Amino acid sequence: MKINSPLEAYKYLPQTNCGECGEPTCMAFASKLIDRSGKTENCPPLIKEKKYAKKLAELDRLLAPEIRQVTIGVGERAANIGGDDVLYRHKLTFFNKTKMFFDVSDNMEEAALIERVKKIADFKKFYVGRNLLLDGVAIKAASNDPAKFAAAVKKVAEIGLPMIFCSFNPAVLKAGLEAAKDKNPLLYAANKDNWKEVGELALEYKVPVVVSAFNDLDALKTLAKTFAEAGIKDIVLDPGTYPTGKGLKNTFTNFLKIRRAGIMGDTEIAYPIMALPLTAWMAGIADPVSASYWETVMASVFTIRYGDIMILHSLEPYATLPEVHLAETIYTDPRTPVSVDGGMYKVGNPDKDSPVFFTTNFALTYYTVESDISANGIVCWLLAVDTDGIGVEASVAGGQLTSAKVKDAFEKAGFDLKTDTNHNTLIIPGLSARLQGDLEDTLGAKVKVGPMDSGRIPGWIEKNWPPK
Amino acid sequence: MAKKVKLSEMTDMFKGMDILSLEGVTIEGDIEIDLSGLGGGFDPMLAAILGQESAVLAQHFGRLAGMFGYPVGMGAPAASAPAAPAISPALAAPKLRDLIPAKFDVANIAEWTTQIQEVPIGNTSADGGTRGKQVMLGGEKALPFYFDAPMPNRNQVTIDVFDMRIGLAKSVKENYDEVMDSPGEWAKKNVDKFNADMITIHLISTDPLVKDTSAKDAAKTVEEVLQAVDVPIAIGGSGNPQKDPEVLAKAAEVSEGERCLLASASLNLDYSKIAEAALKYDHDVLSWTQLDMNAQKELNRKLMKQCNVPRDRIIMDPTTAALGYGLDYAYTNMERIRLAALMGDEELTFPMSSGTTNAWGARESWMVSSPLGQDSDWGPREYRGPIWEIVTGLSLAIAGNDLFMMMHPTSVAVLKHITQTLFGMVEAEPVDIASWIGAEV
Ligand code: SF4
Repeated sequence: MKINSPLEAYKYLPQTNCGECGEPTCMAFASKLIDRSGKTENCPPLIKEKKYAKKLAELDRLLAPEIRQVTIGVGERAANIGGDDVLYRHKLTFFNKTKMFFDVSDNMEEAALIERVKKIADFKKFYVGRNLLLDGVAIKAASNDPAKFAAAVKKVAEIGLPMIFCSFNPAVLKAGLEAAKDKNPLLYAANKDNWKEVGELALEYKVPVVVSAFNDLDALKTLAKTFAEAGIKDIVLDPGTYPTGKGLKNTFTNFLKIRRAGIMGDTEIAYPIMALPLTAWMAGIADPVSASYWETVMASVFTIRYGDIMILHSLEPYATLPEVHLAETIYTDPRTPVSVDGGMYKVGNPDKDSPVFFTTNFALTYYTVESDISANGIVCWLLAVDTDGIGVEASVAGGQLTSAKVKDAFEKAGFDLKTDTNHNTLIIPGLSARLQGDLEDTLGAKVKVGPMDSGRIPGWIEKNWPPK
Repeated sequence: MAKKVKLSEMTDMFKGMDILSLEGVTIEGDIEIDLSGLGGGFDPMLAAILGQESAVLAQHFGRLAGMFGYPVGMGAPAASAPAAPAISPALAAPKLRDLIPAKFDVANIAEWTTQIQEVPIGNTSADGGTRGKQVMLGGEKALPFYFDAPMPNRNQVTIDVFDMRIGLAKSVKENYDEVMDSPGEWAKKNVDKFNADMITIHLISTDPLVKDTSAKDAAKTVEEVLQAVDVPIAIGGSGNPQKDPEVLAKAAEVSEGERCLLASASLNLDYSKIAEAALKYDHDVLSWTQLDMNAQKELNRKLMKQCNVPRDRIIMDPTTAALGYGLDYAYTNMERIRLAALMGDEELTFPMSSGTTNAWGARESWMVSSPLGQDSDWGPREYRGPIWEIVTGLSLAIAGNDLFMMMHPTSVAVLKHITQTLFGMVEAEPVDIASWIGAEV
């Protein structure tokens, strides 16, 4: 983004305060443009009226992110990558979570191929009110045979995930493009040998394309610049991903350099970067668990430092779970609040016989507990105690969670265990067990210590509720 | 690939280098080790799970081999013949005629003007202690592993020991079960078998709600650990803010001159008492705050100004939250602290320490299966736990953390391998990645 104050964006708006965008004033809308929560297309006059056309074009240019945003695939699961404006997430936020594509090979048996693609498509990990997913399929033309590749592409395309076509052979890539018209796959890759032909394919089929130069940033920039001048906009950079030793260290350095240059304004290299953690499997690590671990380690490094899209191999849960969680970690908007409001929440329609739990108002803790309880059909009262947005264990240690705080939370919520329940009982998190005695005295209620992890509440309830 | 190497050759190679793996492995005579016969090289997982001598050896040598390019599995590409791309001339393009040459260039960050304080832990006989070596933290002039300035000191790992038997995740416990009743034996195992750079002894039994062990008795445990191992140690309390100052002060007294790390001073306890003990008995102070950069500044300031703790005795623990459970806050908090320090905030220019063990609080690391029906299968938990600890630690290593307090031996081995790779001290046979599309995996 070339501007950073609402005032600068305001200059290009109609300044009529008509309110059609849903904001009371153009200035309010301008600040949404600057923090990137709003887009120019949400201001109808600016879009519709001819007299603003010039201003709109200029504003869009000024607001464009430093790193180009590229879309792969079509429809609901299309993957956006790039689009970043900062080097550190706290400076704004990172946009477009790192996308995880998993490899298949065009020489796989059909049944195995389909099973693997389905596994990629169906992966789900629930996290704070949503599901974390895997993003796409990278089809490797291991056969180097256009017909075989096209056949594999056809099968993968049916599942509907975004695809990367992997071959340095333009004839193979072309066969794939013909087999999956309008699916907007990413071509991997144009290099120093095939760039003319692959570039031409990207233009002809209007698809995004990877330029690849291993450990040679001059060559990489040369390819990107050449493509950009020829009218190719959707470019992804592959500086090579070496799996071990100095090679891996150099790769890390290359990612840092490319992104720093891009954010600092070198538009010729300001594109999303691709990492290939699956090269861990070429490092001769014999034990598959160790190889998978190393792949996850590489994926972690490049999720944090500027990989926008990656190709991975291991579909073991011990690989995919940490990988999707880390991408979520790094790309979560740090501007969203850390805490929920303190107070009494209902899960389902609780009555006087329903159990009463408490947890802290740290958003993560609260939503985890809430989803564990509701997903298992437990109807209850759930008190969020204001601990300054700190989790249970830490707030007990740090003194933000005390019996007085819990009492205070009940009072503020206007909830009295003696009159609002028939059991006068509070179930406390296992991690706050040390507060049990104190709480019994302070509240004058029975206090039961629940499990250490809210995932075990269902089993606990079965055994311990209703209280005898 | 049955390469054989003599132990004496290996030890010769490692002379003067920062390798501790061979310590504690006593081998009589100069035996030949068949590296390919040990289950495939870099294999910390198997090693840790089996916990057998040969597997532990495999782990050590695998790691060594990985570092020095010995072809023990790692380093030799499983290459399939790279197919030269067949370019059909018919496709030759009109729009793309010639390459437009471009030079890549990027500047170093000019604002990184300030060096992080170097803080040593452990005194050798040269400084009046009995430790076999000193650990040096800090000294960075750039973000970790960045090209702007070389990183002077590698990351260090201290492995936890508790002063009583405690509940641990199954896959962690397997490694320590037989030593959990003896802190000395436990510490020894961490150093000899699991390559710990340091030991952290947690005096949790002193908590009035646990065993209420007296400060005096707890101090005996510290002495036991100091005698059992000669690496530098960190001493942790129980987390009880009323009792910890007294416990740590007593522990500091009995370990006088060893330059231990006292964990921790915080704003909600009598930090001055801990600082005083550190100065009087020659120790370092861990300055612990909870995910709050301003509180961290405040505590550091108090330690320096109010308690006169010199700069080279302060290490910060800005709090570690597990992957999936607040790591985003912990990560950004550390990154912000380190960036502010590099740009000259003298209240934050200290090395950082992470309670990476917290990763085991994440249910993904220990629970048999997902409590939520709609999740995809979580697979075996034995493999989830260590990688959870690794990814949590690695993320913070990249954010600027220097010292890692860890638990699982596999996590320690892998975290060391990746941080030392990014640090630049790991040599490996170059892998030809050009053929990745056709490579068998
Ligand atoms: S729609 Fe456009 S013109 Fe109307 S208030 Fe919003 S920004 Fe201003």
